[in-house]
Amino acid sequence: MTHEQIIETLEAAFAGQLSDCDTAHGISSITIPAAANLKVLQFLYDSEDMQFRFLTDLTAVHYPNRTNEELCVVYHLHSLYLNKRLRLKLYVPVAAPKVFTASKLFSGANWMERETFDFFGVDFVGHPNLKRILNVDEMDYFPMRKEYPMEDPTRIDKDDEMFGRGGTIC
Amino acid sequence: MSAHIHLDEASIQKQTTTLNLGPTHPATHGVFQNILEMDGERIVSAVPTVGYIHRAFEKIAERRPYYQITPLTDRLNYCSSPINNMGWHITVERLLGIKTPKRVDYLRVIIMELSRIADHLVCNSVIGVDTGALTSFVYVFEFREHIYEIFEAVCGSRLTTNIGRFGGFERNFPQEAFDKINKFLEAFPRGMKEFESLLTRNRIFMERTMGVGGISAERALNYSFTGPNLRAAGVDYDVRVAQPYSSYEDFDFKIPVGTTGDVYDRFLVRNQEIWESLSIIKQALEKIAALEAADPSQKEVFYAPEADKYHLPPKEDVYTKMEALIFHFKMVMGEIEVLPGEIYSAVEGGNGEVGYYLISDGGRTPYRLHFRRPCFIYYQAYPEIIQGSLLSDAVVTMSSLNLIAGELDA
Repeated sequence: MTHEQIIETLEAAFAGQLSDCDTAHGISSITIPAAANLKVLQFLYDSEDMQFRFLTDLTAVHYPNRTNEELCVVYHLHSLYLNKRLRLKLYVPVAAPKVFTASKLFSGANWMERETFDFFGVDFVGHPNLKRILNVDEMDYFPMRKEYPMEDPTRIDKDDEMFGRGGTIC
Repeated sequence: MSAHIHLDEASIQKQTTTLNLGPTHPATHGVFQNILEMDGERIVSAVPTVGYIHRAFEKIAERRPYYQITPLTDRLNYCSSPINNMGWHITVERLLGIKTPKRVDYLRVIIMELSRIADHLVCNSVIGVDTGALTSFVYVFEFREHIYEIFEAVCGSRLTTNIGRFGGFERNFPQEAFDKINKFLEAFPRGMKEFESLLTRNRIFMERTMGVGGISAERALNYSFTGPNLRAAGVDYDVRVAQPYSSYEDFDFKIPVGTTGDVYDRFLVRNQEIWESLSIIKQALEKIAALEAADPSQKEVFYAPEADKYHLPPKEDVYTKMEALIFHFKMVMGEIEVLPGEIYSAVEGGNGEVGYYLISDGGRTPYRLHFRRPCFIYYQAYPEIIQGSLLSDAVVTMSSLNLIAGELDA
Protein backbone atom coordinates (compact mmCIF):
# COMPACT_ATOMS: atom_id res chain seq x y z
CA MET A 1 0.00 0.00 0.00
CA THR A 2 1.41 3.38 -0.95
CA HIS A 3 0.98 6.63 0.92
CA GLU A 4 -1.61 7.72 -1.66
CA GLN A 5 -3.63 4.56 -1.14
CA ILE A 6 -3.57 5.07 2.63
CA ILE A 7 -4.89 8.59 2.18
CA GLU A 8 -7.54 7.35 -0.28
CA THR A 9 -8.71 4.66 2.11
CA LEU A 10 -9.01 7.21 4.89
CA GLU A 11 -10.81 9.66 2.65
CA ALA A 12 -13.30 6.99 1.67
CA ALA A 13 -14.03 6.23 5.31
CA PHE A 14 -14.11 9.83 6.53
CA ALA A 15 -15.51 11.67 3.53
CA GLY A 16 -15.25 15.43 3.77
CA GLN A 17 -13.54 15.41 7.18
CA LEU A 18 -9.90 15.31 6.15
CA SER A 19 -7.86 18.25 4.99
CA ASP A 20 -4.24 19.16 4.14
CA CYS A 21 -3.29 15.70 2.96
CA ASP A 22 0.24 15.59 1.61
CA THR A 23 3.28 13.36 1.55
CA ALA A 24 6.74 14.75 2.17
CA HIS A 25 10.02 13.24 3.39
CA GLY A 26 8.53 9.75 3.32
CA ILE A 27 5.60 10.44 5.60
CA SER A 28 1.97 11.33 4.90
CA SER A 29 0.42 14.10 6.88
CA ILE A 30 -3.32 14.43 7.35
CA THR A 31 -5.37 16.94 9.32
CA ILE A 32 -8.46 15.53 10.99
CA PRO A 33 -11.24 17.18 13.01
CA ALA A 34 -10.42 17.20 16.73
CA ALA A 35 -13.64 15.42 17.67
CA ALA A 36 -12.95 12.54 15.29
CA ASN A 37 -9.47 11.66 16.55
CA LEU A 38 -10.42 8.42 18.30
CA LYS A 39 -12.57 7.26 15.38
CA VAL A 40 -9.70 7.78 12.95
CA LEU A 41 -7.12 6.16 15.26
CA GLN A 42 -9.40 3.19 15.87
CA PHE A 43 -10.11 2.84 12.15
CA LEU A 44 -6.40 2.85 11.36
CA TYR A 45 -5.74 0.39 14.18
CA ASP A 46 -8.46 -2.06 13.15
CA SER A 47 -7.89 -1.92 9.41
CA GLU A 48 -6.40 -5.26 8.36
CA ASP A 49 -4.75 -3.70 5.29
CA MET A 50 -3.00 -0.94 7.19
CA GLN A 51 -2.57 -1.96 10.85
CA PHE A 52 -1.37 1.33 12.27
CA ARG A 53 -0.91 -0.19 15.70
CA PHE A 54 2.23 1.55 16.89
CA LEU A 55 2.11 5.06 18.28
CA THR A 56 5.59 6.42 17.67
CA ASP A 57 5.13 9.88 19.06
CA LEU A 58 2.57 12.33 20.30
CA THR A 59 3.20 16.01 20.81
CA ALA A 60 1.79 19.47 20.20
CA VAL A 61 2.74 22.71 18.46
CA HIS A 62 1.59 26.20 19.35
CA TYR A 63 0.66 28.59 16.50
CA PRO A 64 -0.43 31.81 18.26
CA ASN A 65 -1.50 33.42 14.97
CA ARG A 66 -4.03 30.80 13.98
CA THR A 67 -7.16 32.15 15.60
CA ASN A 68 -9.32 29.49 17.25
CA GLU A 69 -6.97 26.69 16.31
CA GLU A 70 -3.84 27.75 18.11
CA LEU A 71 -2.81 24.35 19.37
CA CYS A 72 -1.97 21.54 17.00
CA VAL A 73 -1.79 18.02 18.43
CA VAL A 74 0.38 15.73 16.33
CA TYR A 75 0.28 11.92 16.30
CA HIS A 76 2.99 9.94 14.57
CA LEU A 77 1.73 6.45 13.81
CA HIS A 78 3.72 3.58 12.42
CA SER A 79 2.42 0.52 10.67
CA LEU A 80 5.00 -2.20 11.19
CA TYR A 81 2.97 -4.31 8.75
CA LEU A 82 3.33 -1.82 5.88
CA ASN A 83 6.50 -0.21 7.23
CA LYS A 84 4.92 3.20 6.67
CA ARG A 85 4.60 6.20 8.92
CA LEU A 86 1.58 8.47 9.12
CA ARG A 87 1.21 11.85 10.76
CA LEU A 88 -2.20 12.92 12.04
CA LYS A 89 -2.80 16.50 13.09
CA LEU A 90 -5.71 18.16 14.73
CA TYR A 91 -6.23 21.74 15.77
CA VAL A 92 -7.95 22.97 18.91
CA PRO A 93 -8.47 26.49 20.28
CA VAL A 94 -6.08 27.44 23.08
CA ALA A 95 -9.03 28.67 25.15
CA ALA A 96 -10.59 25.20 25.32
CA PRO A 97 -8.00 22.67 24.15
CA LYS A 98 -10.03 19.50 24.58
CA VAL A 99 -8.96 16.31 22.84
CA PHE A 100 -10.08 12.76 23.55
CA THR A 101 -7.38 10.62 25.08
CA ALA A 102 -5.79 7.85 23.05
CA SER A 103 -4.47 6.12 26.16
CA LYS A 104 -7.18 3.45 26.04
CA LEU A 105 -6.03 2.42 22.58
CA PHE A 106 -2.29 2.84 23.16
CA SER A 107 -0.90 2.37 26.66
CA GLY A 108 2.14 4.30 25.52
CA ALA A 109 0.02 7.41 24.93
CA ASN A 110 -0.43 7.84 28.68
CA TRP A 111 2.83 9.65 29.42
CA MET A 112 3.08 11.26 26.01
CA GLU A 113 -0.28 12.93 26.68
CA ARG A 114 0.82 13.91 30.16
CA GLU A 115 3.91 15.51 28.66
CA THR A 116 1.82 17.35 26.07
CA PHE A 117 -0.50 18.56 28.81
CA ASP A 118 2.46 19.59 30.94
CA PHE A 119 4.02 21.77 28.24
CA PHE A 120 1.06 22.93 26.16
CA GLY A 121 -1.96 22.55 28.41
CA VAL A 122 -3.85 20.26 26.05
CA ASP A 123 -6.70 18.76 28.05
CA PHE A 124 -6.96 15.08 27.16
CA VAL A 125 -10.52 14.19 28.03
CA GLY A 126 -10.80 10.80 29.71
CA HIS A 127 -7.12 10.49 30.58
CA PRO A 128 -6.69 8.37 33.72
CA ASN A 129 -4.07 10.57 35.39
CA LEU A 130 -3.68 13.89 33.61
CA LYS A 131 -1.14 15.76 35.72
CA ARG A 132 2.25 17.30 35.17
CA ILE A 133 5.08 14.91 34.52
CA LEU A 134 8.38 16.71 33.91
CA ASN A 135 7.67 20.09 35.49
CA VAL A 136 6.85 20.71 39.14
CA ASP A 137 3.24 20.28 40.17
CA GLU A 138 3.00 23.89 41.41
CA MET A 139 3.70 25.37 37.99
CA ASP A 140 0.74 27.47 36.84
CA TYR A 141 1.54 27.98 33.16
CA PHE A 142 2.39 25.90 30.11
CA PRO A 143 5.99 26.73 29.22
CA MET A 144 6.20 25.52 25.61
CA ARG A 145 3.56 28.00 24.47
CA LYS A 146 5.04 30.74 22.38
CA GLU A 147 4.09 33.60 24.68
CA TYR A 148 6.86 32.58 27.07
CA PRO A 149 10.14 33.84 25.62
CA MET A 150 13.33 31.93 26.22
CA GLU A 151 15.58 34.77 27.29
CA ASP A 152 15.13 37.15 30.17
CA PRO A 153 13.58 40.25 28.47
CA THR A 154 15.46 42.67 30.77
CA ARG A 155 18.86 41.59 29.53
CA ILE A 156 19.97 43.66 26.57
CA ASP A 157 22.98 41.48 25.86
CA LYS A 158 20.60 38.64 25.13
CA ASP A 159 18.48 40.55 22.65
CA ASP A 160 16.54 38.16 20.46
CA GLU A 161 17.20 40.50 17.57
CA MET A 162 20.75 39.22 17.56
CA PHE A 163 20.14 35.59 18.33
CA GLY A 164 16.77 34.45 17.16
CA ARG A 165 14.40 35.52 14.48
CA GLY A 166 13.70 39.03 15.80
CA GLY A 167 12.15 40.53 18.86
CA THR A 168 8.69 39.10 18.38
CA ILE A 169 7.77 35.70 19.67
CA CYS A 170 7.08 34.17 16.29
CA MET B 1 1.36 4.68 71.87
CA SER B 2 2.02 8.28 72.67
CA ALA B 3 -1.03 10.42 73.14
CA HIS B 4 0.41 13.03 70.79
CA ILE B 5 0.45 10.83 67.74
CA HIS B 6 -2.88 10.53 66.01
CA LEU B 7 -3.00 7.91 63.32
CA ASP B 8 -6.20 7.40 61.48
CA GLU B 9 -7.75 3.97 61.64
CA ALA B 10 -7.09 3.19 57.98
CA SER B 11 -3.35 3.60 58.37
CA ILE B 12 -3.23 1.28 61.37
CA GLN B 13 -5.24 -1.31 59.48
CA LYS B 14 -2.98 -0.99 56.45
CA GLN B 15 -1.55 -4.33 55.33
CA THR B 16 1.13 -2.98 52.99
CA THR B 17 4.27 -0.90 53.48
CA THR B 18 5.07 2.19 51.46
CA LEU B 19 8.68 2.23 50.34
CA ASN B 20 10.45 5.09 48.68
CA LEU B 21 12.95 3.82 46.10
CA GLY B 22 15.05 6.73 44.88
CA PRO B 23 15.41 9.41 43.65
CA THR B 24 19.08 9.09 44.60
CA HIS B 25 19.35 5.45 45.44
CA PRO B 26 22.60 3.71 44.45
CA ALA B 27 20.64 0.93 42.77
CA THR B 28 18.69 3.18 40.46
CA HIS B 29 21.62 4.56 38.40
CA GLY B 30 20.22 8.02 37.94
CA VAL B 31 17.49 10.10 39.41
CA PHE B 32 14.49 7.80 39.35
CA GLN B 33 11.98 7.78 42.14
CA ASN B 34 9.47 5.03 42.64
CA ILE B 35 6.96 4.98 45.45
CA LEU B 36 6.42 1.29 45.99
CA GLU B 37 3.56 -0.31 47.85
CA MET B 38 5.04 -3.48 49.31
CA ASP B 39 3.39 -6.57 50.71
CA GLY B 40 6.35 -8.12 52.47
CA GLU B 41 8.96 -8.53 49.76
CA ARG B 42 6.44 -8.35 46.93
CA ILE B 43 5.61 -5.18 45.02
CA VAL B 44 1.90 -4.46 44.90
CA SER B 45 2.12 -1.24 42.95
CA ALA B 46 4.67 1.34 41.87
CA VAL B 47 4.26 5.03 41.11
CA PRO B 48 7.24 6.44 39.19
CA THR B 49 8.12 10.12 39.38
CA VAL B 50 10.27 11.59 36.63
CA GLY B 51 11.52 15.03 35.69
CA TYR B 52 14.23 15.59 38.29
CA ILE B 53 16.75 16.70 35.69
CA HIS B 54 14.42 18.27 33.17
CA ARG B 55 16.39 20.96 31.31
CA ALA B 56 13.81 22.28 28.81
CA PHE B 57 15.77 21.25 25.73
CA GLU B 58 12.80 21.63 23.42
CA LYS B 59 12.27 25.21 24.53
CA ILE B 60 15.97 26.04 24.34
CA ALA B 61 16.08 24.55 20.82
CA GLU B 62 13.51 27.12 19.67
CA ARG B 63 16.07 29.84 20.29
CA ARG B 64 19.24 28.24 19.00
CA PRO B 65 20.63 28.15 15.47
CA TYR B 66 20.59 24.65 14.04
CA TYR B 67 24.21 23.74 14.68
CA GLN B 68 23.94 24.81 18.34
CA ILE B 69 21.27 22.18 18.89
CA THR B 70 23.77 19.36 18.38
CA PRO B 71 25.27 19.80 21.89
CA LEU B 72 21.75 19.62 23.33
CA THR B 73 21.25 16.22 21.74
CA ASP B 74 24.49 15.05 23.42
CA ARG B 75 22.83 15.42 26.75
CA LEU B 76 19.83 13.25 26.00
CA ASN B 77 21.28 9.75 25.96
CA TYR B 78 24.78 10.57 27.15
CA CYS B 79 25.88 6.92 26.94
CA SER B 80 25.71 7.09 23.15
CA SER B 81 25.74 10.78 22.28
CA PRO B 82 27.24 10.38 18.76
CA ILE B 83 24.08 8.56 17.65
CA ASN B 84 21.96 11.48 18.85
CA ASN B 85 24.28 14.01 17.18
CA MET B 86 24.16 12.22 13.88
CA GLY B 87 20.44 11.60 14.13
CA TRP B 88 20.00 15.35 14.36
CA HIS B 89 22.38 16.00 11.48
CA ILE B 90 20.60 13.44 9.33
CA THR B 91 17.25 15.06 10.17
CA VAL B 92 18.40 18.49 9.00
CA GLU B 93 20.12 17.01 5.94
CA ARG B 94 16.90 15.28 4.97
CA LEU B 95 15.00 18.53 5.36
CA LEU B 96 17.55 20.41 3.26
CA GLY B 97 17.77 17.60 0.72
CA ILE B 98 21.50 17.11 1.20
CA LYS B 99 22.84 13.77 0.04
CA THR B 100 25.98 12.71 1.87
CA PRO B 101 28.81 10.89 0.09
CA LYS B 102 29.20 7.17 0.77
CA ARG B 103 32.45 7.64 2.67
CA VAL B 104 30.75 10.03 5.09
CA ASP B 105 27.94 7.53 5.59
CA TYR B 106 30.39 4.75 6.37
CA LEU B 107 32.43 6.89 8.75
CA ARG B 108 29.19 7.76 10.52
CA VAL B 109 28.22 4.11 10.69
CA ILE B 110 31.56 3.30 12.34
CA ILE B 111 31.05 5.99 14.99
CA MET B 112 27.41 5.09 15.58
CA GLU B 113 28.14 1.40 15.97
CA LEU B 114 31.02 2.14 18.35
CA SER B 115 28.65 4.17 20.48
CA ARG B 116 26.06 1.41 20.35
CA ILE B 117 28.70 -0.98 21.69
CA ALA B 118 29.61 1.51 24.46
CA ASP B 119 25.93 1.96 25.34
CA HIS B 120 25.21 -1.77 25.46
CA LEU B 121 28.38 -2.45 27.46
CA VAL B 122 27.30 -0.01 30.17
CA CYS B 123 23.81 -1.43 30.34
CA ASN B 124 24.72 -5.11 30.31
CA SER B 125 27.62 -4.83 32.72
CA VAL B 126 25.41 -2.90 35.13
CA ILE B 127 22.87 -5.73 35.08
CA GLY B 128 25.76 -7.80 36.35
CA VAL B 129 26.50 -5.28 39.10
CA ASP B 130 22.87 -5.29 40.20
CA THR B 131 22.91 -9.05 40.49
CA GLY B 132 26.09 -8.91 42.54
CA ALA B 133 28.79 -9.50 39.92
CA LEU B 134 31.06 -6.47 39.89
CA THR B 135 33.92 -8.20 38.04
CA SER B 136 32.33 -8.20 34.60
CA PHE B 137 31.64 -4.48 34.89
CA VAL B 138 35.30 -3.72 35.50
CA TYR B 139 36.38 -6.00 32.64
CA VAL B 140 34.37 -4.26 29.93
CA PHE B 141 34.85 -0.69 31.07
CA GLU B 142 38.37 -0.85 29.74
CA PHE B 143 36.90 -1.24 26.25
CA ARG B 144 34.45 1.58 26.75
CA GLU B 145 37.51 3.69 27.47
CA HIS B 146 39.05 2.55 24.16
CA ILE B 147 35.89 3.67 22.36
CA TYR B 148 36.04 7.06 24.03
CA GLU B 149 39.65 7.39 22.93
CA ILE B 150 38.51 6.85 19.35
CA PHE B 151 35.92 9.61 19.75
CA GLU B 152 38.60 11.81 21.23
CA ALA B 153 40.84 11.23 18.22
CA VAL B 154 37.98 12.10 15.85
CA CYS B 155 36.39 15.11 17.52
CA GLY B 156 38.33 15.97 20.65
CA SER B 157 35.76 15.11 23.27
CA ARG B 158 34.68 11.91 24.93
CA LEU B 159 31.30 11.75 26.61
CA THR B 160 29.25 14.62 25.21
CA THR B 161 30.86 14.54 21.84
CA ASN B 162 29.20 17.13 19.56
CA ILE B 163 30.67 14.99 16.82
CA GLY B 164 30.20 15.82 13.16
CA ARG B 165 28.48 18.67 11.38
CA PHE B 166 25.63 18.98 8.92
CA GLY B 167 26.79 17.12 5.84
CA GLY B 168 29.52 15.12 7.51
CA PHE B 169 32.39 15.78 9.87
CA GLU B 170 34.24 18.91 10.89
CA ARG B 171 37.55 17.41 9.79
CA ASN B 172 38.82 14.23 8.27
CA PHE B 173 39.55 11.24 10.50
CA PRO B 174 43.24 11.27 11.43
CA GLN B 175 45.25 8.10 10.88
CA GLU B 176 45.39 7.81 14.66
CA ALA B 177 41.63 7.26 14.75
CA PHE B 178 41.81 4.39 12.26
CA ASP B 179 44.73 2.88 14.17
CA LYS B 180 42.69 2.99 17.36
CA ILE B 181 39.65 1.49 15.66
CA ASN B 182 41.77 -1.38 14.33
CA LYS B 183 43.34 -1.90 17.73
CA PHE B 184 39.89 -1.98 19.32
CA LEU B 185 38.59 -4.46 16.75
CA GLU B 186 41.50 -6.72 17.53
CA ALA B 187 41.36 -6.56 21.32
CA PHE B 188 37.66 -6.29 22.00
CA PRO B 189 36.36 -9.72 20.86
CA ARG B 190 38.53 -11.42 23.47
CA GLY B 191 37.26 -9.12 26.23
CA MET B 192 33.69 -9.56 25.07
CA LYS B 193 33.99 -13.34 25.13
CA GLU B 194 35.41 -13.11 28.61
CA PHE B 195 32.49 -10.92 29.65
CA GLU B 196 29.98 -13.36 28.18
CA SER B 197 31.69 -16.33 29.81
CA LEU B 198 31.36 -14.59 33.17
CA LEU B 199 27.62 -14.02 32.91
CA THR B 200 25.73 -15.65 30.06
CA ARG B 201 25.74 -19.24 31.38
CA ASN B 202 26.37 -18.27 34.98
CA ARG B 203 23.86 -20.20 37.10
CA ILE B 204 23.37 -17.40 39.63
CA PHE B 205 22.97 -14.77 36.93
CA MET B 206 20.48 -16.91 35.03
CA GLU B 207 18.43 -17.60 38.15
CA ARG B 208 18.34 -13.91 38.92
CA THR B 209 17.35 -12.73 35.45
CA MET B 210 15.31 -15.43 33.72
CA GLY B 211 11.59 -14.89 34.00
CA VAL B 212 12.16 -11.54 35.68
CA GLY B 213 10.68 -8.32 34.33
CA GLY B 214 9.22 -9.93 31.23
CA ILE B 215 6.79 -8.29 28.84
CA SER B 216 4.84 -9.82 25.97
CA ALA B 217 5.36 -8.61 22.40
CA GLU B 218 1.78 -7.37 22.30
CA ARG B 219 2.10 -5.26 25.46
CA ALA B 220 5.53 -4.01 24.41
CA LEU B 221 4.11 -2.76 21.10
CA ASN B 222 1.14 -1.22 22.85
CA TYR B 223 3.54 0.62 25.13
CA SER B 224 5.50 1.84 22.06
CA PHE B 225 8.66 -0.02 23.08
CA THR B 226 11.55 0.23 20.65
CA GLY B 227 15.13 -0.92 20.53
CA PRO B 228 16.57 -3.95 22.30
CA ASN B 229 13.68 -4.00 24.78
CA LEU B 230 11.16 -4.54 21.99
CA ARG B 231 13.40 -6.99 20.20
CA ALA B 232 13.86 -9.02 23.37
CA ALA B 233 10.07 -9.46 23.36
CA GLY B 234 10.30 -10.96 19.88
CA VAL B 235 9.53 -8.11 17.47
CA ASP B 236 12.24 -7.59 14.87
CA TYR B 237 11.76 -3.86 14.46
CA ASP B 238 14.99 -1.96 13.96
CA VAL B 239 15.09 1.48 12.33
CA ARG B 240 18.41 0.62 10.68
CA VAL B 241 16.63 -2.02 8.61
CA ALA B 242 13.06 -0.76 8.49
CA GLN B 243 13.89 2.77 7.33
CA PRO B 244 17.62 2.82 6.62
CA TYR B 245 19.67 5.98 7.04
CA SER B 246 23.36 6.63 6.51
CA SER B 247 23.58 3.76 3.97
CA TYR B 248 22.77 1.01 6.47
CA GLU B 249 21.14 -0.79 3.54
CA ASP B 250 24.65 -1.56 2.24
CA PHE B 251 25.52 -3.64 5.27
CA ASP B 252 24.86 -7.26 6.03
CA PHE B 253 23.82 -7.84 9.62
CA LYS B 254 21.27 -9.70 11.70
CA ILE B 255 18.68 -8.35 14.09
CA PRO B 256 18.75 -10.56 17.17
CA VAL B 257 15.38 -11.15 18.82
CA GLY B 258 14.34 -12.77 22.07
CA THR B 259 11.16 -14.58 23.03
CA THR B 260 10.08 -13.71 26.56
CA GLY B 261 11.17 -10.08 26.84
CA ASP B 262 12.63 -10.71 30.29
CA VAL B 263 15.86 -9.34 31.73
CA TYR B 264 17.88 -12.31 30.48
CA ASP B 265 16.56 -11.91 26.93
CA ARG B 266 17.36 -8.21 26.92
CA PHE B 267 20.86 -9.04 28.09
CA LEU B 268 21.32 -11.64 25.35
CA VAL B 269 19.88 -9.38 22.64
CA ARG B 270 22.28 -6.59 23.58
CA ASN B 271 25.27 -8.92 23.66
CA GLN B 272 24.35 -10.26 20.25
CA GLU B 273 23.93 -6.72 18.93
CA ILE B 274 27.45 -5.92 20.09
CA TRP B 275 28.75 -8.75 17.90
CA GLU B 276 26.66 -7.51 14.98
CA SER B 277 27.96 -3.98 15.51
CA LEU B 278 31.52 -5.26 15.41
CA SER B 279 30.83 -6.96 12.09
CA ILE B 280 29.22 -3.74 10.75
CA ILE B 281 32.32 -1.74 11.71
CA LYS B 282 34.57 -4.24 9.94
CA GLN B 283 32.37 -4.09 6.85
CA ALA B 284 32.43 -0.28 6.93
CA LEU B 285 36.23 -0.23 7.08
CA GLU B 286 36.37 -2.62 4.12
CA LYS B 287 33.93 -0.48 2.16
CA ILE B 288 35.94 2.66 2.87
CA ALA B 289 39.12 0.90 1.79
CA ALA B 290 37.40 -0.21 -1.42
CA LEU B 291 36.21 3.37 -2.10
CA GLU B 292 39.70 4.73 -1.57
CA ALA B 293 41.31 2.03 -3.68
CA ALA B 294 38.97 2.86 -6.57
CA ASP B 295 39.53 6.60 -6.30
CA PRO B 296 42.37 7.95 -4.11
CA SER B 297 40.71 11.40 -3.97
CA GLN B 298 38.02 9.76 -1.79
CA LYS B 299 40.48 9.90 1.11
CA GLU B 300 39.75 13.59 1.48
CA VAL B 301 35.95 13.27 1.46
CA PHE B 302 34.58 13.93 4.93
CA TYR B 303 31.55 16.08 4.23
CA ALA B 304 28.97 16.65 1.51
CA PRO B 305 30.11 19.41 -0.88
CA GLU B 306 26.50 20.58 -1.24
CA ALA B 307 26.40 21.18 2.52
CA ASP B 308 29.06 23.88 2.15
CA LYS B 309 26.64 26.59 3.27
CA TYR B 310 25.99 24.76 6.51
CA HIS B 311 29.50 23.68 7.32
CA LEU B 312 31.84 25.73 9.51
CA PRO B 313 35.08 26.52 7.63
CA PRO B 314 38.33 24.93 8.91
CA LYS B 315 39.75 26.76 11.90
CA GLU B 316 43.10 27.59 10.25
CA ASP B 317 41.21 29.34 7.43
CA VAL B 318 39.14 31.33 9.91
CA TYR B 319 42.33 32.70 11.44
CA THR B 320 44.04 33.53 8.16
CA LYS B 321 41.38 34.26 5.54
CA MET B 322 38.89 37.09 5.69
CA GLU B 323 36.11 35.34 3.74
CA ALA B 324 36.31 32.33 5.98
CA LEU B 325 36.14 34.57 9.05
CA ILE B 326 33.06 36.39 7.72
CA PHE B 327 31.41 33.12 6.82
CA HIS B 328 32.25 31.64 10.20
CA PHE B 329 30.69 34.68 11.92
CA LYS B 330 27.57 34.41 9.78
CA MET B 331 27.15 30.79 10.64
CA VAL B 332 27.74 31.26 14.35
CA MET B 333 25.14 34.01 14.41
CA GLY B 334 22.74 31.61 12.76
CA GLU B 335 22.42 33.42 9.47
CA ILE B 336 21.93 30.34 7.38
CA GLU B 337 18.77 29.63 5.50
CA VAL B 338 16.72 26.62 6.23
CA LEU B 339 13.65 26.28 4.08
CA PRO B 340 10.24 25.94 5.72
CA GLY B 341 9.24 22.36 6.15
CA GLU B 342 8.23 19.63 8.48
CA ILE B 343 9.98 16.33 9.01
CA TYR B 344 10.05 13.36 11.30
CA SER B 345 13.27 11.43 11.09
CA ALA B 346 14.45 8.61 13.30
CA VAL B 347 17.61 6.69 13.98
CA GLU B 348 18.21 3.54 16.00
CA GLY B 349 19.70 4.76 19.25
CA GLY B 350 21.34 2.68 21.93
CA ASN B 351 18.04 2.05 23.67
CA GLY B 352 15.45 2.52 20.95
CA GLU B 353 14.12 4.74 18.22
CA VAL B 354 15.41 8.28 18.67
CA GLY B 355 13.14 10.55 16.65
CA TYR B 356 13.34 14.21 15.74
CA TYR B 357 10.16 16.02 14.79
CA LEU B 358 11.30 19.31 13.31
CA ILE B 359 9.17 22.17 12.04
CA SER B 360 11.03 24.96 10.31
CA ASP B 361 9.32 28.20 9.35
CA GLY B 362 12.33 29.43 7.39
CA GLY B 363 13.85 31.21 10.39
CA ARG B 364 17.25 30.80 11.92
CA THR B 365 16.02 28.49 14.61
CA PRO B 366 13.51 25.63 14.53
CA TYR B 367 9.92 26.73 15.02
CA ARG B 368 9.40 23.57 16.98
CA LEU B 369 11.63 20.62 17.71
CA HIS B 370 10.41 17.56 19.51
CA PHE B 371 12.66 14.72 20.55
CA ARG B 372 11.18 11.25 20.62
CA ARG B 373 13.03 9.88 23.59
CA PRO B 374 12.68 6.09 23.67
CA CYS B 375 13.18 5.56 27.38
CA PHE B 376 10.64 8.21 28.37
CA ILE B 377 8.10 6.23 26.41
CA TYR B 378 8.93 2.74 27.62
CA TYR B 379 9.58 3.63 31.25
CA GLN B 380 5.84 4.04 31.75
CA ALA B 381 5.50 0.27 31.43
CA TYR B 382 7.76 -0.20 34.47
CA PRO B 383 4.97 -0.38 37.11
CA GLU B 384 3.19 -3.01 35.05
CA ILE B 385 6.36 -5.03 34.52
CA ILE B 386 7.43 -5.14 38.17
CA GLN B 387 4.01 -5.65 39.71
CA GLY B 388 4.11 -8.78 41.86
CA SER B 389 7.86 -9.18 41.68
CA LEU B 390 10.46 -8.90 44.43
CA LEU B 391 12.14 -5.63 45.26
CA SER B 392 15.52 -7.01 44.20
CA ASP B 393 14.02 -8.02 40.84
CA ALA B 394 12.63 -4.52 40.35
CA VAL B 395 16.16 -3.13 40.62
CA VAL B 396 17.50 -5.59 38.04
CA THR B 397 14.53 -4.88 35.77
CA MET B 398 15.21 -1.18 35.92
CA SER B 399 18.84 -1.53 34.91
CA SER B 400 17.95 -3.97 32.12
CA LEU B 401 15.58 -1.43 30.56
CA ASN B 402 18.60 0.83 29.91
CA LEU B 403 17.03 3.94 31.37
CA ILE B 404 19.06 7.11 30.93
CA ALA B 405 17.83 9.91 33.17
CA GLY B 406 19.09 12.61 30.81
CA GLU B 407 17.04 11.24 27.96
CA LEU B 408 14.00 10.49 30.06
CA ASP B 409 13.73 14.01 31.41
CA ALA B 410 14.87 15.84 28.29
